[in-house]
Amino acid sequence: MNKKSKVVRYNKWGYIFLSPFIVIYLIFQMIPLVTTIYNSFFENYLSGLSKVGPNFIGLQNYVTILTNGDLPTYFSNTMIMWAMGFVPQIVLSLLLGAWFTDPSLRLKCQGFFKTVIYLPNLIMASAFAMLFFTLFSDSGPINSMLMQMGVLSEAYKFMSNVWSVRSLVATMNCLMWFGNTTILLMAGMMGIDPSLFEAAQVDGATATQIFYKITLPLLKPILIYVMITSLIGGLQMFDVPQILTNGTGDPMRSSMTLIMYLNKHLYSKNFGMSGALSVYLFIITGILSLIVYRFTAREEK
Amino acid sequence: MKRRLVSLLAIATMTTTMFAGCGGASDSSDATEEKTPATTEEIDAEAAAVELPEDTGKVLNIHCWNDEFKSRMKDHYPGYEEVDATHGKIGDVEVVWTMTPSTDNAYQNNLDDALLKQADVSDDEKVDLFLVEADYALKYVDEDVTLALSDLGITSDQLSDQYKYTQSIVTDSTGKLKGSSWQACSAGLIYNREAAKEVLGTDDPEQVQAAVADWDKYNETAKKIADAGYTMCSAMDTYRVYSNNVSGPWVQDGKIVIDPNIDKWIDDSKALVDAKIEDTDDLWSDDWGKGKNPEGKVFCYFGPAWFFNFCLNADDPASIASKGGWGYCVGPQSYYWGGTWLCAATGTDNANLVKDIILTMTTDQKVLKEIAMQDQDCVNSKTVLADLAGSDDGNIALLGGQNPYKQLADGAEKVDLSNLSKYDQGCTEELEKAMKNYFLGNATKEEAIDAFKKAVTEKYPDVKAE
Repeated sequence: MNKKSKVVRYNKWGYIFLSPFIVIYLIFQMIPLVTTIYNSFFENYLSGLSKVGPNFIGLQNYVTILTNGDLPTYFSNTMIMWAMGFVPQIVLSLLLGAWFTDPSLRLKCQGFFKTVIYLPNLIMASAFAMLFFTLFSDSGPINSMLMQMGVLSEAYKFMSNVWSVRSLVATMNCLMWFGNTTILLMAGMMGIDPSLFEAAQVDGATATQIFYKITLPLLKPILIYVMITSLIGGLQMFDVPQILTNGTGDPMRSSMTLIMYLNKHLYSKNFGMSGALSVYLFIITGILSLIVYRFTAREEK
Repeated sequence: MKRRLVSLLAIATMTTTMFAGCGGASDSSDATEEKTPATTEEIDAEAAAVELPEDTGKVLNIHCWNDEFKSRMKDHYPGYEEVDATHGKIGDVEVVWTMTPSTDNAYQNNLDDALLKQADVSDDEKVDLFLVEADYALKYVDEDVTLALSDLGITSDQLSDQYKYTQSIVTDSTGKLKGSSWQACSAGLIYNREAAKEVLGTDDPEQVQAAVADWDKYNETAKKIADAGYTMCSAMDTYRVYSNNVSGPWVQDGKIVIDPNIDKWIDDSKALVDAKIEDTDDLWSDDWGKGKNPEGKVFCYFGPAWFFNFCLNADDPASIASKGGWGYCVGPQSYYWGGTWLCAATGTDNANLVKDIILTMTTDQKVLKEIAMQDQDCVNSKTVLADLAGSDDGNIALLGGQNPYKQLADGAEKVDLSNLSKYDQGCTEELEKAMKNYFLGNATKEEAIDAFKKAVTEKYPDVKAE
């Protein structure tokens, strides 16, 4: 009866080693994802202390979000503020990355500078936003400095102008993330075979030519990665504008992002509406990532 | 015979409510049946018939948002001993304070969770006593999670010295009182005496009051104040004065209604902000607080008695308050602001202690007088306020020795809160935010009102904009 095979099977170890990931993925990713979609078909919220629902209402929540016309506004707010922060950020990071990895420059104290540019990322976003809020308030230090220097005759209301609020948000995001991006890009640049640079130098290429013809093309996979992660991070922009505008997204919600809008529905624990909104966000993020991926990876074929 | 019937009935209703309380998750159908408000006599009869069960709890859980009530307990409740920042002792009962800040609705979120779980947790974890503010009191008052005072055996004559408005806030739709406050927060206009002398030629409260007696006079005076280089106040300061004097609640038949007096606030404030007479600083922001020092050049704040001590930075030697530079008058319309109510939670296992705390802290005249003298609270007792108004005990240093209690007491009599709704907090917050856009010229009035309605419907999905 003993039919034990003589061959030692290692298959089970594969499953055992995989299981922690599967379990964690199921609990923290899959179940929330499915329940979010499930919840989005119900009317389910608290009015005061009394619960309304859950009543199945089909696609009603989706229709409400589409018809009230807020989604495109908040989406474009988010994208504008993301782009305003991302463009300077990537330029700055490329420049710094190129300098740091260029052996001919022989930069001193590299470790120190790399640490310093990464530091803003260590501050909590909310603390950072709080700091900016205080700095740029009507009677804050920036205004009083500008007034003493005679640049302004009366306090400029930074928090009440569309573009000043958006610029502040973009500046903060740029400051917080350029260090992180620089380090990623540097890793990519250092992965490029140095012999290519040497060959180019021997052939008489200038530093600019080397950057555009060698560094950038070979950096593409990392650039795509940075683009996509930053885009997804940008779509989820929340804490900086939330704290800076005290949750209002003012003036007239011109700095309200998609997640801030989502947060508005959580006041009444409106799981139906926020579920539907999350599903929309999921779809938007998916489409955008796909576009970026297609657009940047097309030529490889 | 008849009397026996009444008391029998009273006992019967009592026991059903008690069972509803014990069951927690029991069906709420019997609560919806009795819609017609009971008369005071009926409720008193019920209250008199109540025999509270022996206290079995070893832990008294109190939910609140700051340490104000804790310090009142420490200073004035006989037998309360402080153990540490969040623990105390009354006899052999341990008092546990759960303090959650109000910011971003955190206090209510936390309290809601605790109250909804009340039936499922062990006796020692049950909430026994919780504190609410007027803006959202109705949210808790109209629910079974809050015990009626009559169920604790508290009768109306024990509360007769309190101001009517402090009771109407916490009366539920069946006419039962669900909470009690030690404060009467009638509020008025707190003006900078220096500025009043400079512009109006006097800092006498009577004459300043004459200059701001109604909104027309207020606007006229404000113009003079602005010409002298002062800011009158923030438009957000005057909001509650208007909103307390509305003719109907915020939400009627499930729709948002903008009252004529709110509309007047919007128009008046826009005119004043455009003329640079008022500014639009958010309450509690640093910009708003600058007027507490002379260089801030702000003429007035609007606030009740707790504002004197709590908000005017009297400890700071550079502040106006430290030199007694403020004066108090009623202002254009009577109103109230804030105040804290004590509510007993359904399911408490320390009913006798809870009852005693509520009675001692909100009705005991000796304790209330102490609170008024020591903490300068405007207490919820007609007798004590009349007493203070007539003696030097009521003189307040930061008001330059002025005795404001007569005005405060008069104001408290006039406050009318019949138009309160459970949506007030959200509506107030969102209206101020939305109108700031209009005041600063970032939106037209219609756009701002639409934005306000949108924000309210997001907060309260059961409310419709139109």
